Amino acid sequence: MKKITLVGLAATVLSSTLVSAAPAPKDTQFVPVPTYRSGPYSAASTAMFGGYMDYMAMLNARDAGINGVRLSWEICDTEYKTDRGIECYEKLKNKGDKGATSFSLLQTSLTYALLDKVAKDKIPLISMGSGRSDATDGEVFPYVFPLVANYWRQNVAKIEFIAQQEGGVDKLKGKKIVNLYHNSAYGKETQKILDAQAEKYGFEVEHFSINPSTGTEQQGIWLHIRRIKADWVLLRGYGAMNPTALKEARRSGFPVNRIIGSAWTGSEEDVIPAGKAAKGFIAPSFNAGGADFRVITDIRQRIYADGKGNVKEANIGSVYYNRGIVLGILNAEAIRTAQGKFGNQPLSGEQMRWGYENLNITDDSLRALGAEGLMTAVKTSCKNHEGNGKIHFQQWDGEKWTIISDWMDPDSSLVQPLIEASAAEYAHKNNITPRDCSKE
Amino acid sequence: MLYRECGQFKSSYKSDSSIFPILQDKIGILSLLAVAFFVVPVFANEYWLGSILIPFLILSLAAIGLNILTGYAGQLSLGSAAFMAVGAFAAYNFALRMPGLPLIVDFILAGLTAAGVGILFGLPSLRIKGFYLAVATLAAQFFIIWALTRFGWFSNYSASGIITAPPIIIFGYEFSSAASRYLLTLSIVSVFALAATNIIRSSVGRSWMAIRDMDIAAEVIGIKMLNTKLLAFAISSFFCGVAGALWAFLYLGTVDAQAFDLARSFEILFMIIIGGVGSILGSFLGAAFIILLPILLNVFFSLFSGAVHADTISHIEVMIFGALIIFFLIVEPHGLARLWQIAKEKLRLWPFPH
Amino acid sequence: MDFFFEVLIGGLLAGVMYSLVALGFVLIYKASGVLNFAQGAMVFFAALTFVSLLEKGLNFWAVLVLTLGFMVLMAYSIQKLVLDKLVNQPQITLFMATIGLAFFIEGFAQTLWGTEVHGLDLGIPDEPFIVAGMYISQFDIIAALLAGVLVAALAVFFNKTRIGRALRAVADDHQAALTVGIPLQQIWVIVWAVAGVVALVAGLLWGSRLGVQFSLTLIALKALPVLILGGFTSVPGAIVGGLIIGGSEKLAEVYIGPYVGGAIEDWFPYMLAMLILLIRPEGLFGEKHIERV
Repeated sequence: MKKITLVGLAATVLSSTLVSAAPAPKDTQFVPVPTYRSGPYSAASTAMFGGYMDYMAMLNARDAGINGVRLSWEICDTEYKTDRGIECYEKLKNKGDKGATSFSLLQTSLTYALLDKVAKDKIPLISMGSGRSDATDGEVFPYVFPLVANYWRQNVAKIEFIAQQEGGVDKLKGKKIVNLYHNSAYGKETQKILDAQAEKYGFEVEHFSINPSTGTEQQGIWLHIRRIKADWVLLRGYGAMNPTALKEARRSGFPVNRIIGSAWTGSEEDVIPAGKAAKGFIAPSFNAGGADFRVITDIRQRIYADGKGNVKEANIGSVYYNRGIVLGILNAEAIRTAQGKFGNQPLSGEQMRWGYENLNITDDSLRALGAEGLMTAVKTSCKNHEGNGKIHFQQWDGEKWTIISDWMDPDSSLVQPLIEASAAEYAHKNNITPRDCSKE
Repeated sequence: MLYRECGQFKSSYKSDSSIFPILQDKIGILSLLAVAFFVVPVFANEYWLGSILIPFLILSLAAIGLNILTGYAGQLSLGSAAFMAVGAFAAYNFALRMPGLPLIVDFILAGLTAAGVGILFGLPSLRIKGFYLAVATLAAQFFIIWALTRFGWFSNYSASGIITAPPIIIFGYEFSSAASRYLLTLSIVSVFALAATNIIRSSVGRSWMAIRDMDIAAEVIGIKMLNTKLLAFAISSFFCGVAGALWAFLYLGTVDAQAFDLARSFEILFMIIIGGVGSILGSFLGAAFIILLPILLNVFFSLFSGAVHADTISHIEVMIFGALIIFFLIVEPHGLARLWQIAKEKLRLWPFPH
Repeated sequence: MDFFFEVLIGGLLAGVMYSLVALGFVLIYKASGVLNFAQGAMVFFAALTFVSLLEKGLNFWAVLVLTLGFMVLMAYSIQKLVLDKLVNQPQITLFMATIGLAFFIEGFAQTLWGTEVHGLDLGIPDEPFIVAGMYISQFDIIAALLAGVLVAALAVFFNKTRIGRALRAVADDHQAALTVGIPLQQIWVIVWAVAGVVALVAGLLWGSRLGVQFSLTLIALKALPVLILGGFTSVPGAIVGGLIIGGSEKLAEVYIGPYVGGAIEDWFPYMLAMLILLIRPEGLFGEKHIERV
């Protein structure tokens, strides 16, 4: 028995070193999909990357790719861990004809870890709707793109929304806002800007962290929040932390309609498990939910009709799923833009960078794509890797999200200096000479 | 037939007490080292060097540390990853705040800091034993990770709590390629493994094993419990601390405290259990097993990637991992090192039957 | 002062829920000397199976019976495939085996039922009572009552039934129990099955409180300090330990937490347990250990 085991093990080990995973199909644009499919945060990732892959599959099925160049992709499970993520990156970065198109991440700590590597390997890192926020400055971070809306601008939108609800910016003075954040890179990124806003507008802010690995025990914190009579709570959670927070808020008597989530707490996957406790919860989003878009109908017809979808059919149209479609659109349009300059062929990461830096998605192009209303216009440039997407607020009524604000364009005057200062500090610490956008 | 010590006579006490008394063993280990130093960096690609061999070496070092504490001294610890974290953050802070120091000194100082913390959390071991001690080390694990995340000073007040290691420059040479980092890691780990082997063979190691086997009897014959146990904690944490510093500097480049969470502690514990508790070779074998297994499973399942949904594959991998652990514990509770010993025993006779 | 009582009561009630999980540990440790790290995974599996079957539209009671069946089947397989093969191994090996088991059960549960987070509505209202200006959760009170009923049922089981007596005999001394003809393997299957039932109740209550999701497995980590305080082999100890941990944890979080930035609920119970261990190395209710040279 032992002998057979030993021999078997040895054989498997040896053979696996010889067999490598299948190479990407020739003449395609290869896109890595670094997702995480298990653990407390998997709901968001499965939904978003599901939408991403569905969109790419639909493009291949309906249009034979982008200008004749088909897309190919491969999933790599990072388990939301930085070291597994780096392994995924190393494994996939050279796949495909010209290497990986881009690396789209939904994992802030991994984004931080890969900042140097993507600059060296010349592969664009797309952290749509996340951080690090100062990577908006393309002069210091040529290969990082926090597209549509970075964390800091989202935060400005939240405070503007609160001001709206309170009746004006001057009414913010003296209010108590609690920042309940997930104790990770993602959660911590808004502390500085909140403090800056608190100073500017005169409100008090208290920061509380929730440990990511458990995130289940929040009773004490919510009792404390009620005790200090906070006016608003910014729930900057992720994954499993969210339904727990909403439930505990209800149990301790804090009104749920005074809790504002972040873009990554505001989808069906976050509120349905909380049941009744989530009714009234408000969250920002830079994309719309719902299945009433031509692009989703196309996906349904082309992909789900054949049973090849990447998420459960009931989940099509959730906010995260649609966000995946937005990511797909951004990726595809970047490829199209870059093809305009470099020709209709598989493109390298360096060429894709040009594409991402010259994105100009207007309302007309959204209409043509069948995504009007799904997202807002995005225009990037060498200096602005974000694109100034707009943000609106939605509220959960127990069954669906209803939009309770217009598309807001948050005031960049507070954010821009912070971005430039932070990027300059990063450049200084890491001996990076920023490029000069005016010369390109 | 080939592997026997027949005809090898020792003529001095010194040669008799060498680590590898049998000539074949000596040749074996030297050729292994030669291959590791000279052949592997030339032929292995960046992925293998950077994502498999380097973490393997670093985790072996941490496993050696835990083996010293749990395998040789008998003190069950579930907090080894926390000591790695202390080492990583300490190295970062030393490199940041005392920029004149050579990097190796930073690593040593980081190890010493981890050793200090280890002594602190090892104090309860004087009163508490067995599972209770394991729970006390869990306290260390949770508290240390919380403290490193909570107090911004440790991560130099970075907005995200992530520390970025400075470029590795020793004697003016920058270790940036995967091959150079691999060689540096290999050198450091070999030196430490040699040190560990020698510590184990000394009277300190023997007093640890005495405490492991029956600590009251050990005390009766004059071994000081306090000093010996704390020394075990200190040296074990030193190794784990250096491993943590290497993890941050030579492998990931950027790290946050969550990289050293409870799952990592369990991973290291699995390594020594599967590799063989109380064996330096076992630490290496266990680390290799734990590192290679997910990759093997990934490759194996990618052959089926059409038929089985990607989600399910991850879960099946977890299941197989758990099942393999149980399987190993049933089939060979003393771990892979014991299998290797049995193989060597068989080799003495081979090809003869008896 | 009101607020203090509110936090305290909330903590005590949470503590009862911790005791529920710790109870599973105690049962198994008492009867077979195994510290079952997979208890958390069992709680998760039970809750996930229950909720998934419920979502398929079956009747509540049918689902309950089915899930109980699953847990008994699991107990049986664990006994046959794992524990039988590891008889006489040192405790640490058995502990490691249960860690491997925990991984296996987690992966199995998610392979079977998927990774989505499910809400679980047991029909227990979750609005707070307001008593003398304090918010007290209805849910917690009902959960505490259910836990009390479960403990009482277990007490009756252990003291008044034949199997219960056999279990106590096995817990006392394996050899002696074998000598009087008690079938050890069968008893262990029964113990694991009972622990499975306890896991199911705990899973339902916790799942209802937090949603049925992967972090349920981490509740086991909270149970360990409870076990330290209450001793590994004492059922009343588990209850008292749970109350102490629950109460002190919440009080610490509210009163000390804000000064250190929060999130101390994680390590505070462990630190407390460690401090108590320094004074009483067997925990508050544990059996005193006599070591012979």
